[in-house]
Amino acid sequence: MTGFPILSVMLAVPLIAALACLFSDAKSARWIALLATLVDFALGVMLWANYDVGGAQWQFTESVALFAGFSYKLGIDGIALLLIMLSVFLMPICIGASWLSIDKRVGEYMAAFLLMETLMIGVFAAQDLFLFYIMFEAGLIPMYLIIGVWGGADRIYASYKFFLYTLLGSVLMLIAMLWMVNEAGTTDIPTLMAYDFPAGAQKWLWLAFFASFAVKMPMWPVHTWLPDAHVQAPTAGSVILAGVLLKMGGYGFIRFSLPMFPEASAQFAPLIFALSMIAVVATSLIALVQHDMKKLIAYSSVAHMAIVTIGLFAFNVQGLEGSMIVMLSHGLVSGALFLAVGVIYDRLHTREIARYGGLAVNMPKYALFFMVFTMASVGLPGTSGFVGEVLALSGIYQLNSWVAAVCGTGVILGAAYMLYLYRRVIFGEQKNADAAAMPDLDLREWLMMVPLAAAVLWMGIYPESFLKPMRQDIASLDARLARAKPASDAKLTAPKPGAAAEAEHEPAAHGGAH
Amino acid sequence: MDWSHSLRLVAPEELLSVSGLVLLLGSAWAKGKRDARAITWLAVLTLAIAAALVVKPLWSGLSGEAANAFDGLYSGDAFAAFAKLLIYAAAGASLLVAPVFFEKARSMRPEYPVLVLFAVAGMGMMVSATDMLTLYVGLELNSLAAYVLAAFLRNDQCSAEAGLKYFVLGALASGILLFGMSLTYGFTGTTSFTGIAAALSGEISTGALFGLVFVLAGLAFKISAAPFHMWTPDVYEGAPTPVTMFFASAPKVAALALTIRVALVAFGTQIAAWQQIVIVVSLMSIVIGALGAIGQSNLKRLLAYSSINNVGFLLIGLAAATRAGVEGMLVYLAIYVAMTVGGFVALLMLKDRDGNQVEQIDQIAGLSRERKVLALCFAMVMFSLAGIPPLFGFWGKFVVFQAAVAAGLLPLAVIGIAASVIGAFYYLKVVKVMYFDEPAGVVVGKSDWIHHALLLIAALFISPLGYLLTKCLGTLAALAAGTLTPGA
Repeated sequence: MTGFPILSVMLAVPLIAALACLFSDAKSARWIALLATLVDFALGVMLWANYDVGGAQWQFTESVALFAGFSYKLGIDGIALLLIMLSVFLMPICIGASWLSIDKRVGEYMAAFLLMETLMIGVFAAQDLFLFYIMFEAGLIPMYLIIGVWGGADRIYASYKFFLYTLLGSVLMLIAMLWMVNEAGTTDIPTLMAYDFPAGAQKWLWLAFFASFAVKMPMWPVHTWLPDAHVQAPTAGSVILAGVLLKMGGYGFIRFSLPMFPEASAQFAPLIFALSMIAVVATSLIALVQHDMKKLIAYSSVAHMAIVTIGLFAFNVQGLEGSMIVMLSHGLVSGALFLAVGVIYDRLHTREIARYGGLAVNMPKYALFFMVFTMASVGLPGTSGFVGEVLALSGIYQLNSWVAAVCGTGVILGAAYMLYLYRRVIFGEQKNADAAAMPDLDLREWLMMVPLAAAVLWMGIYPESFLKPMRQDIASLDARLARAKPASDAKLTAPKPGAAAEAEHEPAAHGGAH
Repeated sequence: MDWSHSLRLVAPEELLSVSGLVLLLGSAWAKGKRDARAITWLAVLTLAIAAALVVKPLWSGLSGEAANAFDGLYSGDAFAAFAKLLIYAAAGASLLVAPVFFEKARSMRPEYPVLVLFAVAGMGMMVSATDMLTLYVGLELNSLAAYVLAAFLRNDQCSAEAGLKYFVLGALASGILLFGMSLTYGFTGTTSFTGIAAALSGEISTGALFGLVFVLAGLAFKISAAPFHMWTPDVYEGAPTPVTMFFASAPKVAALALTIRVALVAFGTQIAAWQQIVIVVSLMSIVIGALGAIGQSNLKRLLAYSSINNVGFLLIGLAAATRAGVEGMLVYLAIYVAMTVGGFVALLMLKDRDGNQVEQIDQIAGLSRERKVLALCFAMVMFSLAGIPPLFGFWGKFVVFQAAVAAGLLPLAVIGIAASVIGAFYYLKVVKVMYFDEPAGVVVGKSDWIHHALLLIAALFISPLGYLLTKCLGTLAALAAGTLTPGA
């Protein structure tokens, strides 16, 4: 691609469509939104097709000195490419999910979603620190409106909580960014990624970034906004929240915290491990007792994101690659699960698990898709969930077997709450007449489910397609982190592993083989 | 320095004073609404010409001896020119929205534009003052006109009360300021800013320190910074809305520019003596402005607290006491004026069936379904005031925090920005009421094209498109700030 500003076009298409939607009636707004997101998806496919694996680290770069103090600078590496793909892939599905369920103020709704898409792509494509921050923060406004206007009964509380929680997290990051730019004299992210900040300052900078990304991610104990936001948001809002917005936290760690502050990252790794271990066990147990389907999936998201964070702070290639795959997989799977909940919510208008049952009888196609996504969430081999979790856990196992053991239980607990959910909703007797009378998937829902299921299986069966573009970037990140790598707790006695190491191998192996 | 040179430098103030007097004479023969409107338009024209006069000094970065008029009493430099542009713009907007409002209240009189012109002339002197005496004369010229403006709806009890309150408290503040100035004069032997700076270049004496504290306290009252902010919500609520819009924009710019000049030029050799005062005042304003606004049910009071909150952020730039800090403040001021004008124009456009103003928050419930564009613009102003990107209000906060971080004031920056989250809460509340709640059906009245045009301009300025202006604003602010702090 020579000279064609494809990233800018990808930003502009939804933005223009958003303005158009704002002033159109419901019907045309839906079509404009669908068309714009499909165009963006096509552009995304073009982006991927033209991405030169093994080429320059930063590709499709654009830079225009439009502003004072920072510049309009875009460019992507493999990591950003995949996350952009995830965003543009989920967006048309979100629009589809809102096709009928949103019937009031459609134009504004679609405009908010399209604005969201612009900002998501902007976050992943920004190569300027402050451009990133603006995109990162701006996402709060459309999401606040989506939750607050089109959400459920307790939407106002949820929207406030979402906004203020994430805002408080990010403002400290802004101060840290200002300090960094003052120190390094540039706002260019690639330059900053190679800049060595003094170790004393790194600590504070890392904490400031952590405040923002931990809330966004979300990590225990600052995850409490997530269940509220998810439960109250409309289906498509939950999809985009779980699918893409949570990934911004992980992307932040991989793009900023790790390469810019390697020493501090190593220093704070135990903190991350502790929080992640608690998150995996605690939120999985909480998920087990939920009566609300969306809440259950929301808590499972927190547990999955904890696997992402331990993988990121494993300081090795497997961990980093695993985290990326978990993020992509979780984006697809949790998005799909929220969609699946949305499908039956549209029919019965309740998320109460007890109100359903025996759906396999009257909705066999639905049951099949729900099964695929449940298995992917559990991490069954052959689905995307397996690849990521096994990589992330084997990555952390090299560094700390205890963390791997505790987080490995997340896979078992995950199986427990997901299968329990599946049993209660899909199997069993049809105790509710209205639930038993629900029609199976229609064409629109079919069209949304099939691509998601296909992507989940593709990532599970041939993950190389997804690993290939980012391999080089992960390797250079790993090289950057090498100097701060914490010591492993495994006392390897070459050439043959001892009996003790063998025994410790079990939990991770268990997790993987599950 | 010959007289003609001096007179050329003060041309904007001469123009404003002379046309103010001529229009005052004219208004003696004015009859009815039409004449009053004509005088308003003439006043706007005067402001436009005055603005044209200050463009050149700003663009050429006029400073030093070339800008010096009347032997160091007055300076027509780029810094003053920048502030004057903002003042003229804000005053012009307050004139344009006035006729509709006052005609509804049956009190559209030609004195309104005349008083605004006098106030603006006073503000021009304030920002150009390089001597304590010029400062005081300018300040009083502005204040006296402002007291009358606050009580302009003389049959309305609230308006009269606002005028009285403003007058009593304003007089007290002027007294404090005058007391500080006399102490400063007593211990330095001069009223000229550069003279004071030279006299204070060594160790500061206790007496001069007292003078400094009193001067700053008096100025803090004028910019309604906490803990001298008590009058603001009452006066803003009671004064007629166009006047409130004027108070919240033009005099704020003038008083802040004046404070910058006093702090950095007159007391520029004693930065350590006032820096901590500014830090405390700034943080107090941010927190009190944010907390005070939460319980408000009246939009004008809410905007009053919002202005206190914003002054706090502006003062962070002053606390940095660097050239970057001043630049940041000037950029922030420009954005602040646009946000204030946008907010108040939107407020003026909220009318019920009979054309009466709607000021209660619960009455604008569900506005987004009845008045899509108006609600959108108002929501943009709110998000912008809260400093949420991608709206332009973020940029104002960004540049002052950048200056504070560069000056090493990290604790101030951290506390300030964390407190901005408290402020976000009440701005969100307004958006919530407009977007999430069921329509109250109160706001149904129409507005004329002037309001729409002003709202559109302000909305475009604070929209993300505003970022395209960052270079231009930055250059102008750098020119202006350069004249003030040549070395720094």
